[in-house]
Amino acid sequence: MISKEEVIHIAKLARLQLTEKEITKMQKDLSAILDYFDLLKKAPKLKTQRTLRGQTSQSLRADEIIEKPASMANNLVQAAPDKKDGYVRVKAVL
Amino acid sequence: MEIGNWGLGFQVMELTNLTITQLHQGFKDKKFTSVEVTKAYLEQIKKTDKSIGAYLAVTESLALKQAEAADKIITSGKHFSMLCGVPCAIKDAILVDGEIATAGSKILENYVAPYDATVIKKLKTQGAVILGKTNLDEFAMGASTENSAYQVTKNPHDTTRVAGGSSGGSAAAVAAKEAVYSLGSDTGGSIRLPASFCGVVGLNPTYGSVSRYGLIAFASSLDQIGPMAKNVEDAKIVFEAIYGKDQNDATSKNYQFEESNINLKGLKIGVPKEYFSEGIDPEIEKIIKSAIQKAKDAGAKIIEISLPNTQYGVACYYIIAPCEASANLARFDGIKYGFSETADNLLGVYLQSRGRGFGAEPKRRIMLGTYALSSGYYDAYYKKAQQVRELIKEDFTQAFKKVDVIFSPVSPFAAFKVGEKANDPLSMYLVDVYTVAVKLAGIPALSLPAGKIGKLPVGLQIIGNYFEENKILSIASQLEQLF
Repeated sequence: MISKEEVIHIAKLARLQLTEKEITKMQKDLSAILDYFDLLKKAPKLKTQRTLRGQTSQSLRADEIIEKPASMANNLVQAAPDKKDGYVRVKAVL
Repeated sequence: MEIGNWGLGFQVMELTNLTITQLHQGFKDKKFTSVEVTKAYLEQIKKTDKSIGAYLAVTESLALKQAEAADKIITSGKHFSMLCGVPCAIKDAILVDGEIATAGSKILENYVAPYDATVIKKLKTQGAVILGKTNLDEFAMGASTENSAYQVTKNPHDTTRVAGGSSGGSAAAVAAKEAVYSLGSDTGGSIRLPASFCGVVGLNPTYGSVSRYGLIAFASSLDQIGPMAKNVEDAKIVFEAIYGKDQNDATSKNYQFEESNINLKGLKIGVPKEYFSEGIDPEIEKIIKSAIQKAKDAGAKIIEISLPNTQYGVACYYIIAPCEASANLARFDGIKYGFSETADNLLGVYLQSRGRGFGAEPKRRIMLGTYALSSGYYDAYYKKAQQVRELIKEDFTQAFKKVDVIFSPVSPFAAFKVGEKANDPLSMYLVDVYTVAVKLAGIPALSLPAGKIGKLPVGLQIIGNYFEENKILSIASQLEQLF
């Protein structure tokens, strides 16, 4: 069983504010799911020593510049809730 | 239906019965216009979607504009493509320039897509007509659309039951004749499961065959866009329109789809014994076994195979997908997109925007992913899951040395009742038992309607080797005639 403190800690890492009720429910749900994951302990070991990076294409692509229309930048900024003079405005970091 | 037999007094219902090929022929023969067909669909949506809830937004003015443009191309007498003038529906996780894209989440409630997804660009080039954006589980996380922040999509065959998920709106729209075809996306079964529940054809393409550019990311090593349609031929037409290498998606592959005509006679069909073990509804088993028998009667060779690591599929998937989701969903921070809560400091904006913007399921997956990737747990969960993913992949590699395709159920049961699993996340995860392994391996699979339990459709899953969509589609279109 995952502890309440662990749930709060993970939520903080994940940048999620949870209510008391959500924390209680999360504790119960995560515990059941993590218990289920124990099944993987029974899985056989990998015989071949392949690199484990999923099945996707692994060759790195060239760092090329892909041209986009200038209007795209404007559209992206427009999606932000707080903007000024074509910039996204954020609260002071420091 | 006989296209040639009706005159000017066509009925709304008749137009909405037609497939892509039939519509194309009708446009050619000047039997009707795209505007007429589009209006028939808009009418149908107005009439039935209140009880189904397939659409989150109907893009009526866009659709009519596109239909008029299509009619111009059609009447010009020039060659026009198969999808020209044909009305479709798009899962709301796929961006359509200038239209709202919510991904089923409150956190994107007012988010207007700043560009077209590559698949949308391709459809538009073909002259497609976009009727609207369809409902889904929030960020495509779920198997019933009950996790949508907006509404639950009901199964058109029985509105007390779910349409399946996460592309439930896209499946229900086609099943309820509210679209000719639709686009969905499949991360763990999200095209095939709702296709099976709603009795439509759904194709999950090989990972890398269709560009993911403009699909709101859930789990990037698994996500794949695919077609949902009334029949196999339509699904093939849509797949041919959307697949291909894209410079905006580094994981997309350069491959050429070549139509093939597979003879059922002598075809080696593998049936994994692990997919018929405990937990499967006997009625489902009966329908799938009878479908296999029909293939056998047509001359196919049925071979029992073993996919020995099947039992680990769900656990493996529900570690990898949430890990990737926890990273992908970090971008929703209250700064870059619409939904934002005010707070005293930057951290407060993050915490509160995400805390209030995300629903229960994305929160659960972000938490799971963050946990599994956190220091001290990484090896036990994420690394272990990646190793098991290799084992599952290897299962299929070995199987395809012996057989051409694999047949299995899509789901252990037919569409369940709305609310039946809504409060038990683990039982909802287990719905994916027959669909996740395919995704972990990255191979293509299709759900083909194979029968019904009462009113409820049941899909047969046809699994193929990498980039063998052509084989799957050819086999499916022949079986379609036998079922």
